[in-house]
Amino acid sequence: MTLMEEVQQRALALGVPLAVHLDVTYRCNERCVHCYLDHDDLGEMTSSEIKGVLGQLAEAGTFFLTFSGGEVFMRQDFLELVAHARRHSFNVKVKTNGVMIREQEAGELRRLGVEQIQISVYSHRPEVHDAITKLPGSLKKTVRAIRFLKSQGLKVVLANVLMTKNASDYQGVQALARDLGIQYTLDPTITPKIDGDTSILDLRIPASELNGVLHNSELVGDVDEFCAPPAAVTEDDMEGYSCSAGHTSAYISPYGDVFPCVQFPLPSGNVRKQRFLDIWRNSVALKEVRSIHARDLPVCSTCSHMASCTRCPGLAYMEGSMRGPSSADCEKSFHRTGIPSANMLRRGDHAGHPLIQIQPPAIEMK
Amino acid sequence: MSDKYIARSAAIASRMLAGEMMVMSAVDSTFFTLNEVATAIWQAADGQTPLSQIVAEKVCAEFDVDPETARQDAQQFVEELSRHGILLISDDPLDTVQSPTEAA
Repeated sequence: MTLMEEVQQRALALGVPLAVHLDVTYRCNERCVHCYLDHDDLGEMTSSEIKGVLGQLAEAGTFFLTFSGGEVFMRQDFLELVAHARRHSFNVKVKTNGVMIREQEAGELRRLGVEQIQISVYSHRPEVHDAITKLPGSLKKTVRAIRFLKSQGLKVVLANVLMTKNASDYQGVQALARDLGIQYTLDPTITPKIDGDTSILDLRIPASELNGVLHNSELVGDVDEFCAPPAAVTEDDMEGYSCSAGHTSAYISPYGDVFPCVQFPLPSGNVRKQRFLDIWRNSVALKEVRSIHARDLPVCSTCSHMASCTRCPGLAYMEGSMRGPSSADCEKSFHRTGIPSANMLRRGDHAGHPLIQIQPPAIEMK
Repeated sequence: MSDKYIARSAAIASRMLAGEMMVMSAVDSTFFTLNEVATAIWQAADGQTPLSQIVAEKVCAEFDVDPETARQDAQQFVEELSRHGILLISDDPLDTVQSPTEAA
C-alpha cells in the first residue's frame, strides 16, 4: 500500500473530506462541444463567500483542493482566491484551458505554490482543437500558456478528452506533450450534462476506437496486465466502495451547492445555507452514498468485473440509480478484457461478442 | 547545530490528519506524513527559533527521548526535508514561513 493509499484509508475511517473540487465559475471563454455545463452566471459565490468556504474546508481537514470551472480565469479575483487557499496551506491544483494565462499569471501561480496545472488539449491540429472549443486560435494560446507555465518550473499535465471529433488525434497530442515536456493523460469519458441532458453522449468514441485505446501500451502501460481477465471477487471487494465520492471527497459548485463529486449531481446541501462540515457530516444524501457497499449493488455485485471495474456512481446516478451500473464503465471493462459485464449480459449488449460469462462469479472466501 | 534555524518553505502544503502532519511539496510533488515528534519540530519551524531550542522544548520536554538521540534524529529529519525544499535551513534567522491550518 502506498503512503497516499494509507492516508486515504485514514481519512475514510475518520470521515475527513480529504479532497474537494471547487468550481469557482461556470463561465467560460470556450464553448466545447462536449461540455456538461451551462455557462450562464446564475449567482456565483462572491470572493468573500469563497474565502469563507476555504476556511471551513481547512477546518474540516481538506488537504487536496482543485480549482476548476468553467474557466477559472474568467473570475478577476481568481489569483486572490488561490492566494487565500495557499494561506490555508491547501495543496492546490488548477484546471484551466490556459487561454488567458500569460507570463504574469504563470509567474503568480508559481509564486503562490500551486502544485499542478491541468490543461485541456483536444488535438495537435488547430483546425480540430479549435472546432471543439469553438474559439478560433485557442490551441495556439493554450500551447503558449503551457510554455509560460513550464518556463516557471510549474508541473503541467495535458488532459486529452477523447471523442468522435478527435478520435484519431491522440497520438499527435501525445507527441505534442512530449515536445512540451509535460505529462499526458487521456480520458475517453463523455458525461451527460449536469442538467441530465444526454445528447452529448453521441460524442463518445465508438467501441472499435475505445478498444484500440485500451490496448495501447503507450497509454495503459503493460497491456497484458491492464487487459487481464478480472480477478476473483473477494469478501473485501464486496464490502468496499467503488469510489471516494462522498466518502473522502466532495464537489462544490460556483453557487455553493455541495455534491459528492462533479460527476455525481446528487444535491447534498448548500454552503450558503449551512456550514460545510454540517453538510458533510449530516446530509441525508451523503449518508445514503456512504451506506452503499459493493454488495448492495443489485447488478454490479453479480459481475465478474466488480473488483477491477472503474464504476462511477455518479454516472450510474445519472443513468437512473446510484446503485445501478455505469454503462460507460461496463464498456471499458468489456473492451479491456473481452468479457461482457453483468449489465451487458442483462441487457443483451453482448450480441456479436463471445458469451464468456453466464453466471454470477464465485466469491473467493478468505 | 545550535546555530541552525529552520523554516517551512512557502512552496509546501500541509494539513494535520489524526495527529500526523501531511506535507506535500509543490516543487517536486513529494508527499510525506510526519509522525508526532516530526510534527512538533515542523510546527515549531518558524525561522526564528534555533533548532537546538526546538529540540529541547518541543521534543525532549514532551517525549521520552534522550537529548543526544533527539538531536541526531532532528538533524537527519531537517536535512531530509531540506533536500526536498520543504524546510529551509540557515545559519541565521529566516523570514519565510507559512502557518499551516490544523484540523481533524
